[in-house]
Amino acid sequence: MAMTEHTTAPAHWLLGRITWDSIPMSHEPILLWTFIAVCLGGLFVLALLTKFRLWGPMWRDWLCSIDHKKIGIMYMVLGIVMLLRGFADAVMMRLQQSMAFGENMGYLPPHHYDQVFTAHGVIMIFFVAMPLVTGLMNYLVPLQIGARDVAFPFLNNFSFWMTTAGAVLVMVSLFLGEFSTSGWLALSNLGHQNPGVGLDYYIWSLQIAGVGTTLSGINLLVTIVKMRAPGMDMMKMPIFTWTALCTNALIVASFPVLTAALVLMSLDRYLGTNFFTNDLGGNPMLYVNLIWIWGHPEVYILVLPAFGVFSEVVATFSRKRLFGYTSMVYATVCITVLSYLVWLHHFFTMGSGASVNAFFGITTMIISIPTGAKIFNWLFTMYRGRIRFTVPMLWTVGFMVTFAIGGMTGVLLAVPPADFVLHNSLFLIAHFHNVIIGGVVFAMFAGINYWFPKAFGYKLDEFWGKVSFWCWLVGFWVAFTPLYVLGLMGVTRRANHFEDPSLQIWFVIAACGAGIVALGIGAFLVQLGVSYLKRDQLRDHTGDPWDGRTLEWATSSPPPQYNFAFTPVVHDVDAWWDMKKHGYKRPLSGFQAIHMPLNTGSGVVLSVLSLVWGFALIWHMWPLAIASFAAIVIGAIVHTFNYKRDYHIPAAEVVTTENARTQLLAQHG
Amino acid sequence: MAGLLAGCSKMVVLFPAGDVAAQQGRLVVIATLLMLLIVVPVIFLILLFAWRYRQDGKHAQTDYDPEWHHSTKLELVIWSAPLVIIIALGALTWISTHQLDPYRPLDRIAAGKPIPENTKPLEVQVVSLDWKWLFFYPEQGIATVNELAAPVDRPILFKLTSSHTMNAFYVPDLAGMIYTMPGMQTELNAVINKPGVYKGMSSHYSGAGFSGMTFKFHGLSNADFDKWVAKAKAEGQPLTRNAYRDLVKPSERNPVALFSTVEDGLYQRVLNLCVEDGQTCMHETMAKDAQRAQAQTAARKLAAASEDALCTAATRTDLQEF
Repeated sequence: MAMTEHTTAPAHWLLGRITWDSIPMSHEPILLWTFIAVCLGGLFVLALLTKFRLWGPMWRDWLCSIDHKKIGIMYMVLGIVMLLRGFADAVMMRLQQSMAFGENMGYLPPHHYDQVFTAHGVIMIFFVAMPLVTGLMNYLVPLQIGARDVAFPFLNNFSFWMTTAGAVLVMVSLFLGEFSTSGWLALSNLGHQNPGVGLDYYIWSLQIAGVGTTLSGINLLVTIVKMRAPGMDMMKMPIFTWTALCTNALIVASFPVLTAALVLMSLDRYLGTNFFTNDLGGNPMLYVNLIWIWGHPEVYILVLPAFGVFSEVVATFSRKRLFGYTSMVYATVCITVLSYLVWLHHFFTMGSGASVNAFFGITTMIISIPTGAKIFNWLFTMYRGRIRFTVPMLWTVGFMVTFAIGGMTGVLLAVPPADFVLHNSLFLIAHFHNVIIGGVVFAMFAGINYWFPKAFGYKLDEFWGKVSFWCWLVGFWVAFTPLYVLGLMGVTRRANHFEDPSLQIWFVIAACGAGIVALGIGAFLVQLGVSYLKRDQLRDHTGDPWDGRTLEWATSSPPPQYNFAFTPVVHDVDAWWDMKKHGYKRPLSGFQAIHMPLNTGSGVVLSVLSLVWGFALIWHMWPLAIASFAAIVIGAIVHTFNYKRDYHIPAAEVVTTENARTQLLAQHG
Repeated sequence: MAGLLAGCSKMVVLFPAGDVAAQQGRLVVIATLLMLLIVVPVIFLILLFAWRYRQDGKHAQTDYDPEWHHSTKLELVIWSAPLVIIIALGALTWISTHQLDPYRPLDRIAAGKPIPENTKPLEVQVVSLDWKWLFFYPEQGIATVNELAAPVDRPILFKLTSSHTMNAFYVPDLAGMIYTMPGMQTELNAVINKPGVYKGMSSHYSGAGFSGMTFKFHGLSNADFDKWVAKAKAEGQPLTRNAYRDLVKPSERNPVALFSTVEDGLYQRVLNLCVEDGQTCMHETMAKDAQRAQAQTAARKLAAASEDALCTAATRTDLQEF
């Protein structure tokens, strides 16, 4: 019935649904100014690239790079850039909710507000948290297990560019057409009854990025299983690598469910099937189940590596071996398995029977046992330690306190009758920001501060790091405590207007909290800038600035392209600590040529083609869609005929690199 | 503290006016206290250890033990302490989930106040439309838009569905929320214990008009409820299928509307997605499907039985030959 609505204007054969009206800037001043700012920023970057003649190096050494370290860094850059976008959305929501009471309808019309909260969720999960987590794993896993690169280096480059293509597609929706208004999981997607391009932008940006995520999951899984240094059996792997293993297992097992759910939804929208519609036996409940069967493991995909980061940081800065390594590993594996048995707790209120609800409530609570054990393990790692309160350690202590509370409210929500009164309320919003900001975001900042010297050869500035930490911590609590309170007052989520003016004060406080977080983000950017300017004072010559414990600290900062001149041999957990303890001597001779994979532009080309394909499908530009799909297939086939895939770093070059390091160590040792 | 919180702006989840919501709110408090048993000591220890073993402190010199990383006793404690809490909370969850199951008819009006015998719950049929609420009162024969009323201390049985989009029916003072879904019916049993005007809303995002999808729920004395019904009967228009067709069109922030009569079977038609002429009702389709499936199964069994008889004989001869 609603189908008729969007068939009124016949699509142009070439341009599809695109018209002048698709450019929202003409009637939305906020978007116009954003667009102008983005253009100016882009032009500035392009001008800099031209001025410093960086086009060639950027293409050869970065875009085409299949070095896991560079790809890891590019993932982190993507995550940080998208964080700014996602945070801008958050600020817009906080502003709207702090002013729209009674007569005042705020400054955002519903259609715009709904896009903002949808984009905020999608961007923060898929294009901030995922790239940051994947970036860290990409950078660290091969170094921690003593490998030269990941198992499939080209695939790694391709994965990154597919993720980026997805992010670009979301950004395009800002200036051309609209984004989805259906919430970050498209729970009110309405199949083909929801006209407009917003939901199609959602579908195709997630599908394209999903290819990258799934492939990267397979890649890292194989890397960890097959490429560990001799002597490193499973129970000698660093904890971060363990969490990466479990996370990638989760990715490989759960992302296909997301893909399938989105495929069914796109069939509804493009071919008129009825999987999730109300008609002909279609059932929206099916979609809700499918999306959460992916969605719940997803939150563990994000938080497990975060736990890994904290485990590494707490051991290093307590100068002590991690307490209960074995129980930490088992806790991680327990969480991995259990994360598949809890998805229904996202919709207790959808009317399942009491036994079903109680079952999923209890499985959810059970997850808190291994999670609690982890917190105790970190606690007893600090016990009888010698704790250095560097920036990463501050984030870790801040996390432990914040996460304990977020975990508690989570278990509370797992009690179905309690969930009946708190579900979809601002209490729920406060809870999941409590665990995602308190868990994942804090971990990413801890990780960035901890491993930055490894990646760039100089430490990050302590002062600005601390400013950033305190702003985030205080800002987080100022922003989200009011939401807990509002939830208990029965205020629910996603509303753009409230009738009761007595609630306004809480939203104003929350908006102030968002302002403090903004200072935290600003301080982090300043920290990056200041550290770059002070890089000579902050330089790390040893490759081991924190007196680290795992293998990544055994090589130089930044590591040579080949990571390790000789593959290290592992005898214990905390391999590098063990090597240092037993008087490890760095080999000074006997270097050989090293076999390495060769850079290629295929990943960039294929991802640009995918971007075009997604864009064409969104706008129903069928000729372009067919052409770009054919180009993707042909491009992939052509790539398989590329036999120039590897090369050897000559022994002489390895000798030069290693000798330079020997001299550096002698000067600063 | 609790009084203070209740006073400044109402913490409705903790201090509601209906017995079901009150039990749910009490559960929130009990579960939180139970977890605080472990969370408070943990937070205290985090801060204590962080301070005590700081690098410049005396304990970092005297107690430092870089290789200490295992203690079976401690491991037992750190796994079993959360386990004990979760066993307690799990038991509480199992019992309370069944007790407060929205489908379960109430067994009391309030603590220590049983339901008088022969009390029939007030039935209200709820339909979420884009973007307003339609309430049918089958017993009274009336219907309303964006206004709900019920007599105090009489159990209410809500039957809920939706016209197009998923929503959630939520009156925080009355009981927890429940989703409304097209082509399906959910149920909610509740009771309001104090007269008053309470907020109601959709708590599941459903599109552009979602924020305005609010209504007032009136808890009334029996006499006032009768007056309210009479007012609807006197002032309202009849709700026919035609009137419903107009009502179902998307609209935002609708004013309250009253309907004096309701066309027979309209709620069932809405629930079964067959308001329009010529649409087959879902329950009919499903009944036909079930019948057909039954007939097919029966036919298959019959065929299998006759084939079985033949095969068995043949197989036996085969076996004898070998």
